[in-house]
Amino acid sequence: MLVNNFLLLGAVLFCIGVYGVIARRNAVLVLMSIELILNSVNLNLLAFSQMHNNPDGNTFALYVIAVAAAEVGVGLAMVLLIYRNRKSIALDDLSEMKG
Amino acid sequence: MNAILLASDINIAENVAFGIIALVMIVAALNVVTSNNLVHAALSLVMVLAGAAAQYLLLAAEFVAVTQVLVYVGAVMVLFLFGVMLTRAKLGIDTDLNNKNFALGIPVALTMLGVMAYVLIDGFGQDRLPVGRAPVTTQAVSDSIFKPYLLPFWALSFVLLAAVIGAIVLARKD
Repeated sequence: MLVNNFLLLGAVLFCIGVYGVIARRNAVLVLMSIELILNSVNLNLLAFSQMHNNPDGNTFALYVIAVAAAEVGVGLAMVLLIYRNRKSIALDDLSEMKG
Repeated sequence: MNAILLASDINIAENVAFGIIALVMIVAALNVVTSNNLVHAALSLVMVLAGAAAQYLLLAAEFVAVTQVLVYVGAVMVLFLFGVMLTRAKLGIDTDLNNKNFALGIPVALTMLGVMAYVLIDGFGQDRLPVGRAPVTTQAVSDSIFKPYLLPFWALSFVLLAAVIGAIVLARKD
């Protein structure tokens, strides 16, 4: 099986995730797109791990999964806080820090 | 393409399985970023994550696949659904989910995809995954976590602890 199969699938998912981060206005959907990006990175790590027969890729994939879980927890807590204060989670309304 | 499929060291069943799962993943991922319904987007994300777990099994990384199912499909998706329900009473079609200039994202993503595809095909054109060699075992992975990568493992434990405490502090009513 070609390594490129997995690498190209990872690239496609990564680009879809980047499009989602740019295009979406709803904060929860942006977090979902970030999950897509993290998953495509994991796919690459595991493909290279298998290609070189080296367990480091699996290790880092597990670490990425753990960091992604932490990120979603904190991210959704922040989204809830924003919603409670403003009754909206549209990201382009949050412009107080613009100079 | 035919020559690739008919080569003797290519497992056709493996390739077909990869193709089907990859197609499902890409369609579901497109649905995540284009759907007008938040809950449908979340359920499509489940498809992508489960497909990723299946691809990990094809890559013989069974421990990561099981972790993916437990953490993502189990825990993270429940969090997302709670996030959807707690932040928006409106469940159903919503025309307000995209930015005004969302079309800007299409050329950005396509350019990125073009560059990455060119580099990958140029760099790894015909490289194969090894056939017949023993895959990376879970035992080797755990040896790798608890010997050379023990310090990052500890750091990760503190990150998770800090994230749990931070999420509680942020989200509780006071």
